Amino acid sequence: MIASDNLKPHDQDVLQLRNVKAYYKTKFFGIDREVRAVDSITLNIQRNQIYGLAGESSSGKTTLIKTIAGNLRPPLRLLEGNILFNFRNHSHPIDIATASSEKLYSVRWKHISYIMQGSMSVLNPVRRIHQSFIDFAFHHIKQPYPKFLKIVQQHLEDLHLDPNILKAYPHELSGGMRQRVAIALATVCKPEFIIADEPTTALDVVVQKSVLKLIKNVQQEMGSSMLFITHDLAVHANLTDRLGIMYAGRLVEEGETKKLFKNPLHPYTKHLISSLPSIGDLSKKNSLEGSPPNLADPPAGCRFHPRCPLAIEQCRISNPPLVETAPKHRVACFKVNPRKE
Amino acid sequence: MKLGLVENLIKVEHVSRYFSLGGILTTNRFKAVDNVSFTIPVGSPQIFTIIGESGSGKTTLARMMLNLVKPSSGTIYFKGRDLTTIHSRKDKIRFMGDVQPVFQNPFSAFNPLKKVDRYLYISAYRFTTASTKSESEKCADIALNKVGLSLPEVKDRFPHELSGGQLQRIAIARALIASPSLLIADEPVSMVDASLRIAIVNLFKTLRDDLGVSIIYITHDLTTAYYISDQIIIMQKGVVVERGEARNILENPQHPYSQTLKQSVLSPTSTLND
Amino acid sequence: MFKTFKDLFLHNREFSFGFVMIIFVLGVASMSFFSPFGPIDIYLLPPDMPPSLQYPMGTTSRGQDTFWVLTFAIRNTLIFGFSVAFLSRVISLFVGLVSGYLGGIVDRVLMSINDTFVVIPLFPILVLFYFVMRDNMNWIMLTVVMACLGWAYDARLIRSIAMSLRTREFTEQSIFSGMSTRQILTQEHLPYVLPVVFSTTMNNINWSIGIEVTLSVLGFTDIDTPTIGGMIYWANQHTAMTAGIWWWFFFPVALVVITFIALFLLAVSMNEYIDPRSRLSHMNNS
Repeated sequence: MIASDNLKPHDQDVLQLRNVKAYYKTKFFGIDREVRAVDSITLNIQRNQIYGLAGESSSGKTTLIKTIAGNLRPPLRLLEGNILFNFRNHSHPIDIATASSEKLYSVRWKHISYIMQGSMSVLNPVRRIHQSFIDFAFHHIKQPYPKFLKIVQQHLEDLHLDPNILKAYPHELSGGMRQRVAIALATVCKPEFIIADEPTTALDVVVQKSVLKLIKNVQQEMGSSMLFITHDLAVHANLTDRLGIMYAGRLVEEGETKKLFKNPLHPYTKHLISSLPSIGDLSKKNSLEGSPPNLADPPAGCRFHPRCPLAIEQCRISNPPLVETAPKHRVACFKVNPRKE
Repeated sequence: MKLGLVENLIKVEHVSRYFSLGGILTTNRFKAVDNVSFTIPVGSPQIFTIIGESGSGKTTLARMMLNLVKPSSGTIYFKGRDLTTIHSRKDKIRFMGDVQPVFQNPFSAFNPLKKVDRYLYISAYRFTTASTKSESEKCADIALNKVGLSLPEVKDRFPHELSGGQLQRIAIARALIASPSLLIADEPVSMVDASLRIAIVNLFKTLRDDLGVSIIYITHDLTTAYYISDQIIIMQKGVVVERGEARNILENPQHPYSQTLKQSVLSPTSTLND
Repeated sequence: MFKTFKDLFLHNREFSFGFVMIIFVLGVASMSFFSPFGPIDIYLLPPDMPPSLQYPMGTTSRGQDTFWVLTFAIRNTLIFGFSVAFLSRVISLFVGLVSGYLGGIVDRVLMSINDTFVVIPLFPILVLFYFVMRDNMNWIMLTVVMACLGWAYDARLIRSIAMSLRTREFTEQSIFSGMSTRQILTQEHLPYVLPVVFSTTMNNINWSIGIEVTLSVLGFTDIDTPTIGGMIYWANQHTAMTAGIWWWFFFPVALVVITFIALFLLAVSMNEYIDPRSRLSHMNNS
């Protein structure tokens, strides 16, 4: 069982995930298949916080976003758990797991918005940029068109973007500029919660840095919370306040980003951080044996144990719980938290 | 031996490549690669890194060195032979036996409908003396051992049954069957997971040190470039802006563009505000 | 292959219906081998008998048993349809794959020929062909002509797939594995286009049967060979419609409609199998 104090509903939390299990269940030609992409995730995201989520491909982070955004279409199914959003001017928290589709529609983009990796998939390629703003935000801002346009222009100026880009077509802008527009689009309704899914991965390094700065500035000015997902730990180190490490559908470690980098406890986190090459560092980096597990058939016990240099017998048998080892620092590893029998 | 006369493994001499944009009547030319020259000597295997962002022409340059694209001007010599003189099938096979590519995306580098070991056997038949099934399997096993895998792990597997890191290592093993003296790797780790990336990069070091293979490593990532490279060139919009010994350049870049690049590299100790 | 077939049959309703119907049609066609009469025997039986136990589909005004003529007719029509589809698939596969993979001048030449065939008006050509050939008209000639006219659209489709395959990294991997162009086309690219080819084959059979019926009804083919179109032609000649001999055209029309629907259902169900991704997830499960 997962036991931790910071799981109690708290006013300063905007999002609480409680024991969320989301599996892909497919039936293809009569054969049932279950992919446990998100397995028992419990975490809280506070107001005015950037929560980073790191993990490799097939670690379940994309599925987690879909679940949080309430985008649960078959074969993806939510088996268990609550996804509670606690918005400022709402009297009751909204549980995405049980909310009606009208409720979800009214909340999306206004309170929860989304920055995607490929900005081209947000911006309609055959229409001018302002049309995309109308498509996404007009319903939520609920102002007559001239006023709406003023709000959008003002918002672009706040982000130091030229309002004239509203007249451009997406293909006329560079990749970095398109991503900035996508950020403006996601933040125009001043949402309280922003999901950013690898928003800078496709960008060049120079552009990446300036886009990250923009994201940080917007978030700080609006005081909103953000779930920022990338596999690039260096980005997390520079941007996020709190960091969760996912491995094979489970959260293996979570803590304040700075402390996590200084003192990683889980062997997987340790490896990720120690194997980061950097300029000026000539020491030999060791690689990890093996490959991430297939989530349709994950290993028993701790899912990391086949690759773990510290694995003990217990790891093969049972799944280590995510335990708070230090204040606001949770780790799921038997070597870090020996089980008291 | 003829080899003794050749000093350079690959010599790129004032190579440019233009692409024309627009319609039939407009003559708008776009220089993807503009007057690039460099050499890699024979006999001292090294990792030669080409750094550039998207649009810097690094991929076009790689494709020219693989003889998949012809230069608009300038010449590329491989072991003293102009690549444009390679026409016959026999010459092509001989060239491919010496220069092999490693691709960016390991998931699309293998036909998803075919078993991966097939590529190993075909390479063995083509580039080695193997002529029977067991000989080609032996070749494949030897090559897989060099990348830390073995044939039983790979045999009869489809690409979707393997991880990105495994596939990339199989792709490198496939390239090694031909015992090439040069590998051209275009962004070989950008699609590979973080925990597997360093394994591929370490593998390149081993190939250079133990097998004497030179590697042209094309990347936008300065940190892995610093970790493994011997020589480096930095490209911007088709032009080489800085070149030299990798560590010197990356520790102390001189060209403004190289400096900007270095400043933009994020690390656990950097901050967004500098 | 057999497993795929079994899965499709058990879990895909379109496929199972289509399959049962095509088996029925093939069953009728194979009955022709047990016919007590020759395919072109006429005036052996009392004419114009309505369906009865003795003559389940009645007899024609030409003194034939409608059922036994129908077995020959559907057999010949199917053979014609399959041969046209097979020949035109071979042409479109060759042109499509080569043109898409090689590109450049080869592509331009092949595609200009292809486009010529796309825009040629089909029906006038076939009618003209009949008037030129007249008494020398035979089914083999017609099959070849139809195959030559029926490949162009699908060659373009296959070419577009081949063009996208050419730029995939695995094609370059194959080149640098030392595969020849022939090996790349037949071993790497062909498996990708085959499902599309299967699906277009069904459509092509339908198309060629339709043309055969149209031409035969108008008498623009070798009408001595019993085909579905030929049966309707003779029924028209004997004004069966006004004489109330409905069974003479009802049964051939019903059978050809069943054939159409069966082939259409098979083509539709193949679509599920076409997408390489759905095949991949299938392989994942097996």
